[in-house]
Amino acid sequence: MSAAPVLSVRGLCKNFGALIVAQAIDVDLFAGARVGLIGPNGAGKTTFVNLLTGFLHPDAGTITLDGLSIETMVAERRVHHGLARTHQINTLLVEMTVRDNVAIAIAEREKFAWRMMRYKPQWRACLEEAQTRLDQIGIGAIGDRIVRELPYGQQRLLEIAIALALKPRVLLLDEPAAGVPSAETHHIHDVLSKLPKDIAILIIEHDMDVIFRFAQEIIVLVQGRVLRRGVPAEIATDPEVRAVYLGRTVV
Amino acid sequence: MLSFAATVLLDGVSYGMVLFLISVGLTITMGLMRVVNLAHGSFAMIGGYTAGYLTQKGVNFYFALVCAAAVAGALGGIAELTVYRPLYRKGELSQVLLTIGLVFVVTAVATEMFGAFPYPMVFPDYLAQPVNIGFRTYPAYRLFLIAVGAVVAAVMWYLIDNSLYGAKLRAAVDNSKIARCVGMNVNILFTGTFIIGCALAGLGGAVGAQILSLEPSYALKYVVLFLVVVIVGGEGSFKGSFIAAIALGIIDTLGKYFVTQAAPYLLYAAVFVLLLWRPQGLMPSKAAG
Amino acid sequence: MTALNRDEPVAAPPATSFGAMTSGRSWLALVGHALPWAIIIVFYFMAGGYLSLGTQVLIWILFALSLDLALGYAGIVTLGQAAFFGLGAYAAGLFAIHVSPDPILGHIAAVLIAGLFGLVTGAMILHTTGVTFLMLTLAIVSILFEYANQARSLTGGDDGLQGVKIDPIFGMFEFNIFGETAYVYAAVVLFIWFLISWRIVHSPFGRSLDGIRQNARRMRAIGTPVWWRLLAVYTLSAAMAGSAGALSAHATRFVGLSVLSLLTSGIVTVMLILGGTRRLYGAFVGAAVYYLVQDATARISPYFWEFVVGLMLIATVLFLEGGLLDLGRVGRRLFDRLRRRPDPT
Repeated sequence: MSAAPVLSVRGLCKNFGALIVAQAIDVDLFAGARVGLIGPNGAGKTTFVNLLTGFLHPDAGTITLDGLSIETMVAERRVHHGLARTHQINTLLVEMTVRDNVAIAIAEREKFAWRMMRYKPQWRACLEEAQTRLDQIGIGAIGDRIVRELPYGQQRLLEIAIALALKPRVLLLDEPAAGVPSAETHHIHDVLSKLPKDIAILIIEHDMDVIFRFAQEIIVLVQGRVLRRGVPAEIATDPEVRAVYLGRTVV
Repeated sequence: MLSFAATVLLDGVSYGMVLFLISVGLTITMGLMRVVNLAHGSFAMIGGYTAGYLTQKGVNFYFALVCAAAVAGALGGIAELTVYRPLYRKGELSQVLLTIGLVFVVTAVATEMFGAFPYPMVFPDYLAQPVNIGFRTYPAYRLFLIAVGAVVAAVMWYLIDNSLYGAKLRAAVDNSKIARCVGMNVNILFTGTFIIGCALAGLGGAVGAQILSLEPSYALKYVVLFLVVVIVGGEGSFKGSFIAAIALGIIDTLGKYFVTQAAPYLLYAAVFVLLLWRPQGLMPSKAAG
Repeated sequence: MTALNRDEPVAAPPATSFGAMTSGRSWLALVGHALPWAIIIVFYFMAGGYLSLGTQVLIWILFALSLDLALGYAGIVTLGQAAFFGLGAYAAGLFAIHVSPDPILGHIAAVLIAGLFGLVTGAMILHTTGVTFLMLTLAIVSILFEYANQARSLTGGDDGLQGVKIDPIFGMFEFNIFGETAYVYAAVVLFIWFLISWRIVHSPFGRSLDGIRQNARRMRAIGTPVWWRLLAVYTLSAAMAGSAGALSAHATRFVGLSVLSLLTSGIVTVMLILGGTRRLYGAFVGAAVYYLVQDATARISPYFWEFVVGLMLIATVLFLEGGLLDLGRVGRRLFDRLRRRPDPT
């Protein structure tokens, strides 16, 4: 790769007492990357995302976003520097409409959400952009629905829509298809395939079909440690990875 | 000098025992049911008024104490089944509001039944006597409080650490969802624990009537104290509430002796600083996060 | 601010306005807006001996309104609002005695002092949540109460601050026992704060507060500086409560220790919940209803009002989560459900 990585992680460590959730993790994400993060339950995948986004503080290590050191930055500020995520469990403003959820994100992005005066044209612009983004994801028709009343699959799509509305340079997707009934997962797969080409994307998933279709590179995380990384073909045939998933110890 | 220090210690510990008796039920129900119960002091008050009324009528002191606990426990059980149940799945704000409403209701009833002035309780004569404890004479009443508190603490500690009930309680405090899945009847556990907590509070309100005087505004007046014991000791932590209660008793007594004028608000200031420094309490029973 | 999987009272439709409650038909909305203010104006002319009671209601409306911003919209569960109310009252009273009897200056001083106190204490405690935060607010009120109780030479202790003399407003409108000046003064101040509140809750800032209340984690995930927004609304709410306190001191020319009591915090919370949070007008309804109930029940027995209010609060939490202003919505839902039953399709 000729360009510098958009997101660069070096030696990320975190433990809760005797429980080690991150062990000297090194990761580089380049613009346009499609990286899958897999591993058994409890391997520390979501924890890794929490460390990257600032909801957890690492014990050691550095996180660099576009050359800027962010490991001590508050979570909110990291968003403004181009780091966005979706959540494993829907984290939405359930009393509001679908469109409002996205519009608020746009308002924060444009940094006028603190305004108490002279906001009408900007807010209208937010709503318009929100509707456009909803249309792009395919949920434009439900813009006026209250989130609480939506089926789970559509809420998952909204999670993605909000993250995209932040115009991130790095997008972290935490199990986007998790909990979605199989009849609706094709919609999510569709959205994943159409994500903007210039964003660096890290996706956590258990669904191997999704991972192998989507990812150009796969990182295998076990007990907070990077076990293997490589292209999907390598990972699929790697004996250690298979052992981890099948439960046999490596001789 | 030593005599003075010992006096302060005994005063503080006896006061702390009263706080413990009243607050231990609150810490367990807050840790177990995750309900902010601002009305807990009302049950202590109910116990106090019950015992006060009975002793004034000449009933045997110890029997009156039993009745105090029984009445407070019974009313607690009724309250749990009716108004507290819906609160388990409601947010904190609803819990705060409903229990404040409960406080208002109980306060109004108490004022109507017993009047607005401090309600006297008749203690046996031998408790009013000073007892020779070696270096000085000391009110038997306070020694009685320490004895009662110690006995209850010991019994509860045994129950919680060594009985099936205790094990179930600890399990349900740690994770009530899993506890339900394992087949524990969490509802009965909740109701039973709530009754025990209220009964103990009633006992505490009765025996402690000379320290925390019985007035209709009891619950609101002392709610901060009880909550402090719970928060500082850590919600759901029996040991924590014991230590926190004793500590609070001693600190408050020290304050009263040395800084008489500033004492009340120094206590709250100390609580304020402590909560900022350790928001999770001194001895959290659940791991943070 | 609370656990994610609890049911929070859904008091009102998002970004609510009185107009939204009446299906958005704008003439009805206009009537809805005009009604409370019309009542306030008419009351002035028709009240007779009840005018000072009306002034009290206006003061408590403002107090409850301040709580609506912090508690209703931003979801800050506090029982410490009396701290700002009482601080504003004492500041106004002491200002009149020691600095200048001009009411406008005194009012501004009280608002600034209460707001500053809100800013400082908010900065110290807003990083906490839940019971810890609640306790901290309780501790703050208790500290102020005990201090005021003990500092007799300054505050008069439990006898209260007496002899507060206030100059006529603008040199023309005198405060007297008829209470006309006090009433209009309170109404005007309330109106100004109402406009400010209205502006705020319908702005993007207000919307972000609503978002913070619903899911602070989500707001952080979209880059909202949650702590700063909460601090801003907390400070504003404190200033508003301080303003209500100043009104109280000016209207009665007396500051009692009870302005700093936990009971006062409790009562204003009760008023807001009764009337309904996140409606702004809920504060109006709640304060008025509370006073009506207190007045009516006090005739039966001195303590009956506490009993009734307690029951109303319990009933509101259990059955009427949106407060009295929600009766319309609840009634309609009930009506719809009843209508569907006999239909045998």
